Amino acid sequence: MVCIVPLMSIGHALLGLLEGGPRHGYDLKRAYDERFGQDRPLHYGQVYSTLSRLLKNGLVTEAGVEAGDGPERKRYAITDAGVTDVERWLSTPEKPEPYLQNTLYAKVVLALLSGRSAVEVLDTQRSAHLGTMRELTRRKADGDLADQLICDFALFHLEADLRWLELTAARVDQLAVEVKR
Amino acid sequence: MTLLRAEGLVKSFGKTHALDGAGITIRAGEVVAVMGPSGSGKSTLLHCLAGILPPDSGTVHYRDRELTSMNDGDRSELRRTEFGFVFQFGQLVPELTCLENVALPLRLSGMKRKDAERAANEWLARLEVDGVADQRPGETSGGQGQRVAVARALVTGPKVIFADEPTGALDSLNGERVMHLLTTAARETGAAVVLVTHEPRVAAYSDREVVVRDGRSRDVEFAR
Repeated sequence: MVCIVPLMSIGHALLGLLEGGPRHGYDLKRAYDERFGQDRPLHYGQVYSTLSRLLKNGLVTEAGVEAGDGPERKRYAITDAGVTDVERWLSTPEKPEPYLQNTLYAKVVLALLSGRSAVEVLDTQRSAHLGTMRELTRRKADGDLADQLICDFALFHLEADLRWLELTAARVDQLAVEVKR
Repeated sequence: MTLLRAEGLVKSFGKTHALDGAGITIRAGEVVAVMGPSGSGKSTLLHCLAGILPPDSGTVHYRDRELTSMNDGDRSELRRTEFGFVFQFGQLVPELTCLENVALPLRLSGMKRKDAERAANEWLARLEVDGVADQRPGETSGGQGQRVAVARALVTGPKVIFADEPTGALDSLNGERVMHLLTTAARETGAAVVLVTHEPRVAAYSDREVVVRDGRSRDVEFAR
């Protein structure tokens, strides 16, 4: 079971960063990576293809050329339509994940159907989950508030998975009877 | 180095079988989370390991000494000198100030009041609760009280800290602060921690976990 976190809308994030003033592509990438990238920095290709889409949709406009550290010197500014788009995005709730497609549940059922140990499946997953939680806890201890909040988000989701693992382990005998009916 | 080793522990309370052949190994300086559902026997395992409860059968060794065959006096002495305890609540003496509470184990071991209170003050500062030194436990917040309890558990320089749901009565932020301070202090002093918890985020402060289910333990690392 993987902790499913809604993927970041890169276009909206870049637009939001442009609200502070015009920037060039390289600068935007750096700002994004620093605040939201964590272990997954943007590729340059993603930045420029996103900017080109935003440009095409009239959400950003070119605002001259600037000398910068990176390869791209063209500056981009957010348009009024871009600001409206950011506002709409911020005020729209993210769709809560229904979490109904669950690989681990399928593994537990298939283990039971085939006479393998479902508890072993659950314990192996628990161990992997706790391992990740340990890494995040260490990272949190060494990090600033932004790191702490980002790690907490992940920790709470992993904890929810672990509670499910525990509950399922407690009901595995009952489930075994049901799946074999 | 193995500090504590329990094998084949069986313990019943009337018709309830709390432990049914549980075992565990604790090495010096490691933090081990004992996890499992309510009623699985994890607290009973901790109490047997710490020499608080005698098992019906099975053995517990602390280094080369067998706790399970010691007399009560020797076991009390061992608990006072080698072990520290943190429980969910109700462990501080309400009539004493926080400073006196932390100094208490040292005073019971015969240390002079001035020396004991100096050491207690240092630990209160380390746990960031020196501000409540002169207050009684009832006058502190839950988080402060638990940190005072952790200071008291560590003041004697124990080799093993037994912590039974130490954050069970705290909110998330206070609980995490207590866990961070407890595990940091334990790692700095080289004390092992046996941490009973049902909360995964608390268990994440450990180095490894042992799962107890239906009175039997599964030491994930040693099982591999």
